[in-house]
Amino acid sequence: MEKVAGKVYRVVGPVVEIEGVSSLRMLDMVEVGGYRLVGEVMRLKGDRAFVQVYEDTTSVKAGDPVYTQGFPLYVELGPGLLGNIYDGIQRPLEVIRQKEGFYIGRGVSVSALDRQRRWHFVPSRAPGEELPAGSCLGEVQETSLIRHRIMLMPETSGKLVWIGGEADYSLEDKVAVVETKDGRQEDVFMLQRWPVRKARPYLERLKLKDPLITGQRVIDTLFPVAKGGCVAVPGGFGTGKTVVQHQLAKWSDAEVVIFVGCGERGNEMTDVLMNFAKLVDPRTQKPLSERTIFIANTSNMPVAAREASIYTGITMAEYYRDMGYNVALMADSTSRWAEALRELSGRLEEMPLEEGFPAYLPSRLAEFYERAGKVRSLDKKEGSITIIASVSPQGGDFSEPVTSHTKRFIRCFWALDRDLANARHYPSISWIDSYSEYLDDIKDWWHDNIDENWLSLRYLMMDLLQKEQRLQQVVKLVGPDVLPQTQRLVLEVCHIFKNTFLQQAAFDKVDTYSSAKKQFLMLKTIVDFYHVSEGLLQKGVTLAEIKGLGVYQDVIRMKLRYTEDDLDSLAGLSARIADSVKELEF
Amino acid sequence: MGQQYALREYVGLEEIVGPIFLIRNTHNVGYNEVVEIADESGNIRTGVTLEVGKGYAVVEVLGGTSGLSLNNSRIRFKEKPLMLAVSEEMLGRVFDGRGNPLDGMPKPAADEMLDVNGLAINPTARDYPKNIIETGISAIDVMNTLVRGQKLPIFSGSGMPHDLIATQIARQARVKNESFCVVFAAMGVKYDTARFFLKSFEDSGVLERVTMFLSLADSPSIERITTPRLALSCAEYLAFRKKMHVLVIMTDMSNYCEALRELSTIRGEIPARKGYPGYLYSDLASLYERAGMIKGVDGSITQLPILTMPNDDITHPIPDLTGYITEGQIVLEREMFSRGIYPPIAGLPSLSRLMKDNIGEGLTREDHPAVASQLFSCYAKVKDIRALAAIIGEEELSPLDKLYLQFGESFERRFLSQKYDERRTLEEGLSIGWEVLSLLPKEELLRIREEHIEKYYVRK
Repeated sequence: MEKVAGKVYRVVGPVVEIEGVSSLRMLDMVEVGGYRLVGEVMRLKGDRAFVQVYEDTTSVKAGDPVYTQGFPLYVELGPGLLGNIYDGIQRPLEVIRQKEGFYIGRGVSVSALDRQRRWHFVPSRAPGEELPAGSCLGEVQETSLIRHRIMLMPETSGKLVWIGGEADYSLEDKVAVVETKDGRQEDVFMLQRWPVRKARPYLERLKLKDPLITGQRVIDTLFPVAKGGCVAVPGGFGTGKTVVQHQLAKWSDAEVVIFVGCGERGNEMTDVLMNFAKLVDPRTQKPLSERTIFIANTSNMPVAAREASIYTGITMAEYYRDMGYNVALMADSTSRWAEALRELSGRLEEMPLEEGFPAYLPSRLAEFYERAGKVRSLDKKEGSITIIASVSPQGGDFSEPVTSHTKRFIRCFWALDRDLANARHYPSISWIDSYSEYLDDIKDWWHDNIDENWLSLRYLMMDLLQKEQRLQQVVKLVGPDVLPQTQRLVLEVCHIFKNTFLQQAAFDKVDTYSSAKKQFLMLKTIVDFYHVSEGLLQKGVTLAEIKGLGVYQDVIRMKLRYTEDDLDSLAGLSARIADSVKELEF
Repeated sequence: MGQQYALREYVGLEEIVGPIFLIRNTHNVGYNEVVEIADESGNIRTGVTLEVGKGYAVVEVLGGTSGLSLNNSRIRFKEKPLMLAVSEEMLGRVFDGRGNPLDGMPKPAADEMLDVNGLAINPTARDYPKNIIETGISAIDVMNTLVRGQKLPIFSGSGMPHDLIATQIARQARVKNESFCVVFAAMGVKYDTARFFLKSFEDSGVLERVTMFLSLADSPSIERITTPRLALSCAEYLAFRKKMHVLVIMTDMSNYCEALRELSTIRGEIPARKGYPGYLYSDLASLYERAGMIKGVDGSITQLPILTMPNDDITHPIPDLTGYITEGQIVLEREMFSRGIYPPIAGLPSLSRLMKDNIGEGLTREDHPAVASQLFSCYAKVKDIRALAAIIGEEELSPLDKLYLQFGESFERRFLSQKYDERRTLEEGLSIGWEVLSLLPKEELLRIREEHIEKYYVRK
């Protein structure tokens, strides 16, 4: 029940010190002053509590009352999350707009999920069943893409005493009654509350084995991420972090996508919102917003809520994971989150370490990334969370604290390169600095579903790229003309690979997505072209003659000439290369 | 709150450090609210509370603290945040960094009072910036298109012609309709610079549609922190209440950041990089994010902040953090400047993030996106080849590389270069783009669709 927890003693920006505190616990949620600004207890000392406030504290005075309900900051979980757009502490921005107009006012109190809306619940259990914690009771068709499983709270178990029949229920109607071990009767609703800073429990962790297919060639083929993995995407401004994030949110084959815009541009969120309502999922032909939850805490919104937004997002991700879905969480950008942490830490007068970041930055990062993974849920469903986190290193320097600490907790690294971005080579993922440790986990998927030579071709191409990198050093000094023909062939093949394969236009309707099949065929064609040309050079044919072949044009323009419906002709390209070189061979 | 009861007046301060003072035994003082300070001779200054606690308040004085004494200062807490009286009459007027008229005329009558700190625009209420602004400068229109509602800073260095470019844009980007206006904020710039802007607005006959807020180099540095906020509040009023298309020019953001650093140091805060406070990003965002458009409202705010990069270093925290917030940047290059190229807009590091959705078929011209991308890509190659030529000599280059050098030269002299008063249409810009691209063989133009090459490639 709500009560007065104390009085404001001091206000410094988003941090408020409270005196006369006796009953507050760490991380309890409080409401400050007449506007009832939401905050969270960060430190307790004597009868004082330090609170970080999630809204602008202008006009808060010493002596203002502070209220508490006695729980920690939580999110509401239930049908209606998908397609919604929330701020960092899960207030629905669309509802706020209807109430407040185009600016976000302060102290707006709205519930995260619509209480009026009725959902069609289909029970899947019968009274008398003994239910372990987290069991599924039934389903609701949340959007045309996602069946929302109504589960018991992770700490509730017992005998099902009553369950509602198939009908429409609001979130406030009880759908079941469970008798717990100690004989209490507990009502079950379709709405759960879960504290954001606590990971939801599961039965066990599972080995990662499936790749997250993103349709982006440089990612899927060279630096793939497994479903349940963690990727960091670091890059200076203008290197295309956000476009990579948007492309993945649009095209990756996760079933549920949670997009956290953390301290980034307002217009970018608008872009995402407007686009996702229009764009259709290539696999299901439904609007992408039906599988997406947006969390927008733009750079000019309160900094403390930015700190919370990442946790709000991951808690929702865990909820859908527990239903057995593969969830992808895009966090753009974790550096802004770390900066929020730094700002709050400074206001709490904590001891700073490198660049002013607090000493607990690495442990907070670790906690966050460990919430990714593939698990068997309490209800014995397999689900996963993949985290794709962008990092905005200051001055593009990857040795700064956020990037270097992040590298310790992720296994896949897509380094965005300034020179590539300057040449408008997008996605500007560097093939030299990036890596993926998931290759071994996912190679069987490629070998079983696409082609058994996938991994060896990938390594061959990576090897050529490394060679090319070394040759370029020589070229920079003496020019390409002095190199022998075989080495110039390596340069040529890498040039083709970079321009046709790695470079991918996000805004071209053909090029924006390449299926795994097309990616493999393109890779194979380029490797075949390399092998055939190598053979020709040994027979005395020159590189210029090879480039004069009509089929060469076909190779360098294959990404646009062959659409997804035309993969059979792409598959025949290797044979056509072999055919057309015959004229050069004698 | 209203003025239902007389405001309490306090006499005497505890401590003054730089632009900040501490006062004890206060009651009911709100955070971030306005304070009026009367000095010994009765002159009133304005301040804002930086920190409030039980029985004390810390106040920053916008006009500076020179002449304030501990014993004889009288303080009133106004119980409201810093407000600006706004009205359409502000067009054509000049104000100082605190919003007082500098042109000798009386204060304009207030239509509305706005909190200068502004409020965050709800992301669901924003409209995605659309409609390109033709600036008449090809380097911008073709390669880094400016869009209405965008924030596109100019990254410059001391001595480079950023002011010239800003005024050229303000003059040429003038939309035909009546509802166009300019809000100009000067932070810590010299009188000459302010004079230059004033003169150039006068010459192009737009002065009656310009509001200026000038906090010049000799004003107290603390004032620079409020100046852009006043300008943006005025811009928001004109854009979202009066439905105008507002171009906000803010110069020089580096001076603003330095004032912020000064204040932060005096407050004893923990610094992040190069002594700048950890919240520099959020603080800059609270200014830049006030650009944009709103669904169902006709006006727009387009921002053109100017900053001089200390030592031409783009990784310095000021340009770095700005680049992370703004939607691209126009970077001026000293090398081109020294070679006499105007505008010296560096090809490669410049970027407009919003152009992708606003150009191309049905918007500008079908080949526009690909041409822009191809120009960037070829010019990047030119830079590599120039580096190579510096080592092995131009003679040793392959014929293709020599063509690239020709392309590079022509790109800089034909395409980038134009006169201060030359207004090139986008169409003209694109044809010059094709003219220079056609110096290269067709096979090199891999970014462009084949049918567009057929249509636009210039045969010799």
